[in-house]
Amino acid sequence: MSEAPPPSSSEAAISLRGVSRRFGDAIAVNNLELDLAQGEFFALLGPSGCGKTTTLRMVGGFELPSTGRIYLDGTDVTALPSHKRDVNTVFQSYALFPHLTVAENVIYGLRRRGTAKKEAFTRAEEYLELVGLTGFGKRRPTQLSGGQQQRVALARALVNHPKVLLLDEPMGALDAQIRKTMQTELKRIQREVGITFLYVTHDQAEAMSMADRLAVMNKGRMEDIGTPARVYDHPSTAFVASFLGSCNVLPLGTEGGPTTLPDGSATLVEGATAPATSGWSLGVRPERVNLAEAGTVSGPNATTATITDVTYLGAVSEVHLETAWGTPVQVLQQRGDAGLLVPGRQVAMSWKADECFWLPPENETPTTQEDAA
Amino acid sequence: MSDQTLTRRPTFGPGPLHPDDIPEVKPRRKLGLPLFYCGIVTFLLIPIVAMIVYSFNVPTRNAITPVWQGFTLDAYLNLFAVQGIAEAFFTSVAIAAASGLVSVLIGLPMALALSRYRFRGKGVLNSMIFLDISAPSIVVGSSALAFFLSLNFTMGWTTILIVHVAFNIAYVVTTLRARLSGMGQNLEQAAGDLGASPLVGFFTVTLPLVAPGIVAAFLLAFAMSIDDYVITSFVNGSTETFPLYAYGFTKKGMAPQVLCFGTIVFVVAVCLAFLNGLLNRRRP
Amino acid sequence: MTSATTLPEAAPTRRVRLEALRRGVTPYLLSIAGFGWLGFFFVIPLVSGLLVSLMTGNPDQGYVLTWNWSVYADLFTGPTPYWLYLVRSLTYGLSATAFTIILAFPVAYFIAFRVSARWKTTLLALVMVTFFVSFIIRTDMWFYLLGGNGPITRVLVHLHVLDHGQTFLSTPGSVIGGMVYNDFAFMVLPIYVAMERIDPRLHEASNDLFGNRANTFFRVTVPLTRSGVFSGILLVLIDTVGDPVNSSILGGKETYTIGQAIQNAYFTTQQYNVAAALSTLLMAILGIILFLYARVVGTENIEDLI
Repeated sequence: MSEAPPPSSSEAAISLRGVSRRFGDAIAVNNLELDLAQGEFFALLGPSGCGKTTTLRMVGGFELPSTGRIYLDGTDVTALPSHKRDVNTVFQSYALFPHLTVAENVIYGLRRRGTAKKEAFTRAEEYLELVGLTGFGKRRPTQLSGGQQQRVALARALVNHPKVLLLDEPMGALDAQIRKTMQTELKRIQREVGITFLYVTHDQAEAMSMADRLAVMNKGRMEDIGTPARVYDHPSTAFVASFLGSCNVLPLGTEGGPTTLPDGSATLVEGATAPATSGWSLGVRPERVNLAEAGTVSGPNATTATITDVTYLGAVSEVHLETAWGTPVQVLQQRGDAGLLVPGRQVAMSWKADECFWLPPENETPTTQEDAA
Repeated sequence: MSDQTLTRRPTFGPGPLHPDDIPEVKPRRKLGLPLFYCGIVTFLLIPIVAMIVYSFNVPTRNAITPVWQGFTLDAYLNLFAVQGIAEAFFTSVAIAAASGLVSVLIGLPMALALSRYRFRGKGVLNSMIFLDISAPSIVVGSSALAFFLSLNFTMGWTTILIVHVAFNIAYVVTTLRARLSGMGQNLEQAAGDLGASPLVGFFTVTLPLVAPGIVAAFLLAFAMSIDDYVITSFVNGSTETFPLYAYGFTKKGMAPQVLCFGTIVFVVAVCLAFLNGLLNRRRP
Repeated sequence: MTSATTLPEAAPTRRVRLEALRRGVTPYLLSIAGFGWLGFFFVIPLVSGLLVSLMTGNPDQGYVLTWNWSVYADLFTGPTPYWLYLVRSLTYGLSATAFTIILAFPVAYFIAFRVSARWKTTLLALVMVTFFVSFIIRTDMWFYLLGGNGPITRVLVHLHVLDHGQTFLSTPGSVIGGMVYNDFAFMVLPIYVAMERIDPRLHEASNDLFGNRANTFFRVTVPLTRSGVFSGILLVLIDTVGDPVNSSILGGKETYTIGQAIQNAYFTTQQYNVAAALSTLLMAILGIILFLYARVVGTENIEDLI
């Protein structure tokens, strides 16, 4: 059998072509196609058990794909064991060697590749400086805090100049405060070293704040891929829409045409072809919905609803409503018009055509829309 | 906290207590369990004390008596005066060391396989190990004898070693498997990720981290081997180990030298354990 | 992970399949030596023991396999009362196991829950210290201590607990006592380990939910130490039922056990088939007892027990 060249541009840092992994009868990763650009910060996002960690482990060489190929800088590395791959990993629990000092941990990879001890230690010191741990070289990992351990793990991986750095939920063990600072730090370090990062996480806020691009996985499949703004503003499936923040999903096509709400109101999405079949829905984010006095708004993308509950959250108020046909809707209102937001009151609800999106029926294969950028 | 802050604080119900007035809460102390423990330890130590005391007792016709006849160091000064005792003792030590070493060499890779991989036949291996630990000594010994007889094997040093390794493997694998599982696979994967081949990863990461487990497994195997009487009694041929030698005196007047050997081993073992405890305590 | 659906038909390349093969073969290479050793020197002898029991012959002319199953019936009906030795051994073993549990449980409980962390190792070591002395010597010492001239007997005679010339030796009590003594640590250790694993907050939770000390002990501590007790039983019962040493050193004619009978059948009368039948029967009975016990009490993973 001849080895086929990667179908896409050979400049991709990583390419996955039709990669699947099954464990017995279960399919953990299903026919994955993915290209990471050089120097990109890419986040792989999804709920636990969606296959994102298995994907990462296949790229790292800890797991063999059942089918498909993995290319690193255009070279097929599918069959290479992890120690022969030019990728390094920051493990979820950091996996620092407890019997070695911090500096010995950092030079471990360099020594395996034959770097002289003295030079390795010099380089280790540079990278410890990069992650803000100057002078910690002689300590043991167990003497460090969680955040510091993570920095050591980062230095230990980056010192080898891998083609791609894999990060497996690295913030999982940190508390919220340190997590915030580490996110900024990580972004800075990535820019400084210019290495491609493949970052696996289940935390959407984390992925959105750091990643240049992200992909959302569900049940072994990739449901959407694009810039955080694109995926958030125009998600391709209902799953992606609700996984990235909250989203109101309004049924379409039960009365009238395929783009009509159950009460007969027309809907319109700018820049998207309208669905031709029924069973689709319309998605709109809670913060994109405007509320006004009933009867004051007309045209497409407007309907009426009854307020059921109002929660004051400080910066915004969370308003719960129910449409005439019974779908619950959630709206975030910035200006708290005390007269309007009263439970029991009927209000007009509207949204802009460029701030809503069509969502295909649940069990239909999603059409991944790659953005132009 | 100063008195002033105490008084200034708004109080509800009974006012704040002055620190001197706060009654000391004494934990309930019950003596039942500690006394029970002491009783049990006394019971456990009685024969050991007897061994030490009788090793200094003046013997009757070179056999120990339970009646105190006076203090002597004779037996210690003529430690090897009884025929065969030195040979039996050193045979036991050698077999224990050899069987410990061989079972660690065989058991460590097996423990690695059982703790690191999923594979067909793993269940069979686990059941073999379970069976090995749970088979009664008398059955293991007698069936080994029947087996060696049917192969016309000459019993002796070799057969003892073979059988000791066979029962020690299970203890070694069980001990090491627990250690390896506790350590997890993460560190080895990290080594691989950083460019270490499985073999290099084993020597630079796994081995240093399970070294205490390996020592523990070796010591366990050593102890099981050096103290075994039942199994060895079936496959020893004309070779005599220390337990067999000691058993030979049973009910017919034991040479005090046997107790001297027992006492020396006991004292050395206690000192080593004590030293080990001290070293562990000093480490953070 | 999703349930099975169809995967795209992209066959893995040869190199991937080779790598998968290499990874698949590793565990077998690692365990081959252990498997071979255990298989050849433990499993095969065990099975051949069963075969030897079905042979007929005599020590002078040798034995031939004749599938003579009647040897098993003879154990119960023959002139030597093997069934009596077997029942006796089981009684001794079960009583010794029961006594070790009763004595070991409070000791383990004391070390695990009533002692500060820095003393635990030392107190446990005092229980384990018996292992530093040869098992034969320890048992022999009891023989001397309990014998006619032994200090214990003399004190008891002086106190009129025993008559002149009377000793504890050669009684079921001395044999069972020896077993309890020799196997005590085998029971303390697993129970202690199981207790150490109990989260102390569970005791607080039980107290918080209105459990008094007895409730907490019987409804929290005891159930959570079940696996430790099971491994203790496994070790002690198996060791004591087949043991020939305690009964021959501390016992007499009236305490002759199955372990001694197997030894004698091999070394004195050289009835290899009878000896093999006895060990096979012993193994089977112990297997049944432990299996039933595991079923009734319900243990989690049997491999966790050792």
